[in-house]
Amino acid sequence: MSQQLSHLDLLEAESIYILREVAAEFARPAMLYSIGKDSSVMLRLAQKAFYPGKIPFPFLHIDTTYKFREMIEFRDANCRRLGIDLIVHTNIEAIQSGANPFKLGTKRCCALLKTQALLDALKLHRIDAAIGGARRDEEKSRAKERVFSFRDAFGQWDPKNQRPELWSLYNGRVDERQSIRVFPLSNWTETDVWQYIAREDIPVVPLYFAKKREVLVRGNLIIPLEHEFELRENEKPQQVMCRMRSLGCTYCTGAILSEADTVPKIIAELQQFRRSERENRIIDHDQEGSMELKKREGYF
Amino acid sequence: MNSLNETAGMLRFLTAGSVDDGKSTLIGRLLWESGGVYEDQLEAVRKASVGRDGAADLSLITDGLKVEREQAITIDVAYRYFSTPRRKFIIADTPGHDQYTRNMVTGASNADLAVLLVDARKGLLEQTRRHAYIIWLLGIRHIVLAVNKMDLVGYDQRVFTTICDVFEQSTAFMDTVKKYFVPLSALCGENIVRRSPNLGWYDGPTLLEMLETVPVPQGSGSGDFRFPVQNVVRPDPDFRGYAGQIVSGKVQAGQEVIALPSGRKSSVEQILLYKQTLGEAIAPQSVVLTLKDHIDLGRGDMLVDPDHIPVVANQFLAELIWMSREPLKKGVPYLIRHAAQVLCCTVIEVVHGLDFQTFASHEVETLQLNAIGKVRIVTHKAMFFDAYSSNRATGSFIMIDPATNDTVGAGMVCAENLAVHDSAPYQATVPLPGTHSTGLTVWFTGLSGAGKTTICDSVYTELLALGFRVEVLDGDVIRRKLNSDLGFSQKDRDENVRRIAFVAQLLASHGVVVLVAAISPYRAVREEIRKDNPNFIEVYVNAPLEICEQRDPKGLYKRARNKEIQKFTGIDDPYEPPLVPEVECRTDSEMVKASSARVVSAIQFFFASRLNKDKGQAMPCPDAGEAGIAEQSRVRSNREDYL
Ligand SMILES: Nc1nc2c(ncn2[C@@H]2O[C@H](COP(=O)(O)OP(=O)(O)O)[C@@H](O)[C@H]2O)c(=O)[nH]1
Repeated sequence: MSQQLSHLDLLEAESIYILREVAAEFARPAMLYSIGKDSSVMLRLAQKAFYPGKIPFPFLHIDTTYKFREMIEFRDANCRRLGIDLIVHTNIEAIQSGANPFKLGTKRCCALLKTQALLDALKLHRIDAAIGGARRDEEKSRAKERVFSFRDAFGQWDPKNQRPELWSLYNGRVDERQSIRVFPLSNWTETDVWQYIAREDIPVVPLYFAKKREVLVRGNLIIPLEHEFELRENEKPQQVMCRMRSLGCTYCTGAILSEADTVPKIIAELQQFRRSERENRIIDHDQEGSMELKKREGYF
Repeated sequence: MNSLNETAGMLRFLTAGSVDDGKSTLIGRLLWESGGVYEDQLEAVRKASVGRDGAADLSLITDGLKVEREQAITIDVAYRYFSTPRRKFIIADTPGHDQYTRNMVTGASNADLAVLLVDARKGLLEQTRRHAYIIWLLGIRHIVLAVNKMDLVGYDQRVFTTICDVFEQSTAFMDTVKKYFVPLSALCGENIVRRSPNLGWYDGPTLLEMLETVPVPQGSGSGDFRFPVQNVVRPDPDFRGYAGQIVSGKVQAGQEVIALPSGRKSSVEQILLYKQTLGEAIAPQSVVLTLKDHIDLGRGDMLVDPDHIPVVANQFLAELIWMSREPLKKGVPYLIRHAAQVLCCTVIEVVHGLDFQTFASHEVETLQLNAIGKVRIVTHKAMFFDAYSSNRATGSFIMIDPATNDTVGAGMVCAENLAVHDSAPYQATVPLPGTHSTGLTVWFTGLSGAGKTTICDSVYTELLALGFRVEVLDGDVIRRKLNSDLGFSQKDRDENVRRIAFVAQLLASHGVVVLVAAISPYRAVREEIRKDNPNFIEVYVNAPLEICEQRDPKGLYKRARNKEIQKFTGIDDPYEPPLVPEVECRTDSEMVKASSARVVSAIQFFFASRLNKDKGQAMPCPDAGEAGIAEQSRVRSNREDYL
């Protein structure tokens, strides 16, 4: 029997290898679970890596409280069904003092509810390896990210001073309070992710599929209305056939016009796309080079 | 974006060239024409281009980090992705400058093919040859020489052929490499994806056609079967599986395998990939294997083909690329990460360095940042490896400085090692090159809180005053640094002891007296390291458990009693006292000064007796009791003679 592995097989094999390295090399790893499609793929890869054993680390969700209801429902049902050890962390202090993107601007809001909350949670649970679903094809500054990416004691990334990474020999050695961010999906593209979801029949949040939703159209952004939203003068919600290409907080995740209501249709749609997926995320564009700045501070 | 067939293969390639040869433009072009760039990324690029020359600059697609954009140079490896219906491509985009050799090596380590860019006007530069050499050294077997900026030389065929000829000649010795040549213009998009009438004289494939059709080793299962065990999967007592990635070759259910280092044979019972049971699996699949027989395997062990086993040795030659600002130091401990193993090692010899101008070897003392040289390495226990030229996965390793945790070197095992297969294990008692008389390992064992560190400190001060060269290896410190990857299982504790013993022996080979303070609770491994080391004294620091627990200087006993710590020596893990230690210190009944004096005298006796032995006179072994102290002054006055 002679066989040739497909690109999905090769990507899968590499990611599983990485996850097993994390489990072996670190005392307290955790998987950052954001409920999106990349997290769903990571979850499946983690199941595969340790089957028939259990996934040997907890999942951590940073909940800004502005996530879509469907995301939270999906998260809870999924983790319960699969017996996953889930930690949910929220920067309660910031929420109680009324943090939201209108009051603070998206930059400050993200800094408090995502970056700060993440760093706090990592510290609280003494996590020495945080596994994230970021891909290198997502954004320019991510193209140079390592698979094992070193963070100093303050959770910061120094892009000019990264450990060289050769072959598949990852250096995960850290001193106390330092940590490693691990990116098992580094070499996957958005298309790979959807093709894998199709091949493996992986459940994803229904928000990814097109249907008529109540949204606000502002400039070229389509903003789904879920949490209270301050409408400007003359703005009116409308019913629009649309779907989410990436999932974040309701205020900051734009929808795209789409008819794609199945995975194969989404893949077909991707082939035609000439707009990258993060464009609908307001946070990436609020400042030139903004993703890199956020990453240096500790954002995923 | 072009649709990618679900069964398409994958090619990882590297791009290299000197600054301004047009590498960024070429990649930008490749991504753009194959649909790998999204419009909003292009718009962002347009925004950023303003201020440079106004027009959208395709090269900006690839220049990732802000620092670099400001300085307009590429300083780190960046990865890019695109696909065609035939293949998915991963580009490692590596910087050209001399000082970034380490980045180029990084990019090359995973690539199957390299695109080497040349500016048609400038022809082959020294740097191009250097890049070709690194690519070859790193085991890449396909090089595409892309002669760029043909538009600036009037699309002259002679310019192209001359450059190709010179390249062929200067790289003739790379006979295992397949070379391809293509003339192109990255700026005008000629011969990248589309042909151009301007280059009508060229009838070969375009760059993209080459990339789509070169045969890739990835995913074909070639080579000898090698399976480093990453984790043991034990969901219940009835199931014991070994998780890992087949790094080369293939495996079938029922096939015989040998486990290293034990050398035990068994056969594969099941090959699992999640809920599927496979009849055969090939590299680089990640699977779980179960074996017919119960052999105790752990992380770092390796299952291999019984007919083609790798070299098992603890000394080998390797090409080493140095990646740290601190030059390589001979004789000091580094860590090696190889397959799924971590080993303690040292470089005992720099055989030669490599001259990038001539590709010839020359004598060097050490390796500086970005230098490449052949070195001889000794590890503290056996490594199982193949030559890098025949197996990239089992022939490669990285070197880590345990003090900083930085990756400082990348190594490739030389083919010459196949000859040393049966060589005897390395003995540090054979004086290392450039060293003089051998020192001594003084091993303090005992319960936590027994007083090992205290006596050690006192002995240290006394020995220094006597003019010895002394070093202390404290178990707690070593565990934080060198051995931070180890826990407290029996296996890890033994490994801890072996590594410390190795480092001690290294230091001792430079004439240092090494004081080791480590609980080292198990007798068997202490006996093992003593057997391997004739220059060894064991000191049993003895205080009853109750006393140690009362002292509890680090609060550990309390935590162990509260079950906050498991497997704590003396509480729920055994301590096996030495049967015949050279010195025993009863710290519950004896003053520190007295204890340390007895240790010092035992050390002095050791050297005195060795001196006499060298002179052919037998000397009774001191029992390190009262006699030791009595003899002390005599020995002390003779110190210069034997050091
Ligand atoms: N005329 C011409 N110019 C080119 C070509 N390829 C690149 N260039 C120009 O050469 C300069 C350096 O290119 P760049 O891609 O930044 O080089 P890198 O340093 O190798 O990444 C830029 O001004 C490009 O526009 C080409 O094929 N023809």
